[in-house]
Amino acid sequence: MTDLLRPSRALLPLLFLLLACVPFAAAAAQQPFWTSFFARILIYAIAASALNLALGYGGLVSFGHALFLGVGAYAVALPAFHGIGSGWVHLLFCLAGGAAVALVIGAISLRTSGMAFIMITLAFAQMGYFLLVSLKFYGGDDGLPVAAPSRFGALDLGSAPVLYGVAWAVLLVLTWWMSRLRAAPFGMALRAARQNARRVDAMGLQSRRLQLAAFTLSGTACALAGALLANLNAFVSPSSMSWSVSGELIVMVVLGGIGTVAGPVMGALVFLGLEEGLKGVTEHWMALFGPLIVLMAMFGRRGIVGWIEALEQSRWPARAGAGRGRR
Amino acid sequence: MASLQTTDLVKHFGGLTVTDRVCLDIRPGELHAVIGPNGAGKTTLINQLSGELRSSGGAVRFDGQDVTGWAVHRRARAGLLRSYQITSVFEEFTVLENAALAARAARGHAWRFWRPLLADPTARAAAEEALRATGLEAHAGTPAGELAYGQRRQLELAMALAAQPRFLLLDEPMAGMSVQESAEVTRLLQGLKRRYTILLVEHDMDAVFALADRISVLVYGRLMFTGSPEEIREHPEVRAVYLGEELD
Repeated sequence: MTDLLRPSRALLPLLFLLLACVPFAAAAAQQPFWTSFFARILIYAIAASALNLALGYGGLVSFGHALFLGVGAYAVALPAFHGIGSGWVHLLFCLAGGAAVALVIGAISLRTSGMAFIMITLAFAQMGYFLLVSLKFYGGDDGLPVAAPSRFGALDLGSAPVLYGVAWAVLLVLTWWMSRLRAAPFGMALRAARQNARRVDAMGLQSRRLQLAAFTLSGTACALAGALLANLNAFVSPSSMSWSVSGELIVMVVLGGIGTVAGPVMGALVFLGLEEGLKGVTEHWMALFGPLIVLMAMFGRRGIVGWIEALEQSRWPARAGAGRGRR
Repeated sequence: MASLQTTDLVKHFGGLTVTDRVCLDIRPGELHAVIGPNGAGKTTLINQLSGELRSSGGAVRFDGQDVTGWAVHRRARAGLLRSYQITSVFEEFTVLENAALAARAARGHAWRFWRPLLADPTARAAAEEALRATGLEAHAGTPAGELAYGQRRQLELAMALAAQPRFLLLDEPMAGMSVQESAEVTRLLQGLKRRYTILLVEHDMDAVFALADRISVLVYGRLMFTGSPEEIREHPEVRAVYLGEELD
């Protein structure tokens, strides 16, 4: 019981509770913008959590995860362009496309490591970007309006509150799974491979296969975020898979707390919240945003979740050791 | 039949021959020590036996099977486990998690995405037994990164034991240990003798002579002599090449 009062344990339940209230608060205050803004946060939180599986758990620094956002987005826009509005078809294309692309890119990229891995994932994402820019039939550079939102029976993702609810539920399930996975054999073996892949192989596992599976799962979940994003914006364009988006996703993960369960969610919230807040103050918001990110990175290698845990250990020193082991 | 057997095992690094036609024959239940001066190629030999290094020539047979072409994970699955000279425990995990992962890896697979590793009764039981055997049970919940050096070395050993291997390749388990800690590990290995077949590479001669059934002397990648501890002590060439520096 007292465990739930500890900030690090209470953080996620509280966060999800507050996020659940947003559409109702927006309706009461007659501010529909809130719903779509927070839906964007939820969607980027899904993408960042997905990236965290590869980056945080697996130590695979992918600089190309925006590609999977794009795959998911076009998995909605292209069928819709051809008159298919069924959400199930969109979902099938999104999951199958995301998994297939991630599997191929992962299989090739994982032959390298370190800086080469970063560069090769970036290269693949850029290939995807320029492929879509060149497809003039589908709008090319100008992008493509989503002709019909994904419909799952009575559930129409064209409605902002419905989309918000779906994104909230997807993020909840993903976060819950990430917290289970952390201590499950797959998650443990993956995290072990990040620390010492050679040892993992010597114990009788195949670290490369574990990493490929993690990369594929990560890309697939990221594609799901892309499909939601296409519905939110009712528009897709190659810019959703530009390299800067990949960078933003990495910043969200690192800012929130790399390898932690709550980190990517906190990171997406703070990153997009700061961006929106500073945009309101000045049009030169990037000049403030950049240094702020640098400062946050300097003041804690474990990000926001790391600060919360450090704060907690100074307040509840008795349990410090037990908390550290489970992180 | 031999438990582990090598025939004319060779390893070249460029023009350098690090393992030179080594023929080893390790009997089931035996504790076989490999000694030799620095640079004799002892760790290279272990890496070839564990499968982490591909041999340039020759063959390795384990329990009658030709495992020469097998990758390291496959040999580990077959029960041929190793420990490392340079401690390579997973520092972010607790002592129990380290051992449980090793136990799970050797017997099961890691394709489980929901139930915690520590909820796997088989892996947990094997891990706890390995911690008891190595005297680490009091530290089960400690992150491995916070262990003292000697305790890390013991965890290294516990991880190999948790896999419940049929053959242990121990690469200098006492490296960097104090006299007391070495004596403790010697006692521990004494207890493991006969239960496992062990190939021990070690610099601590007290430990080697106390533990080994047979000793092989490796010099410049070549097996110079194999014999009982008494025969090794008496052998003039061995004394000259290696023991002389240590015993006098």
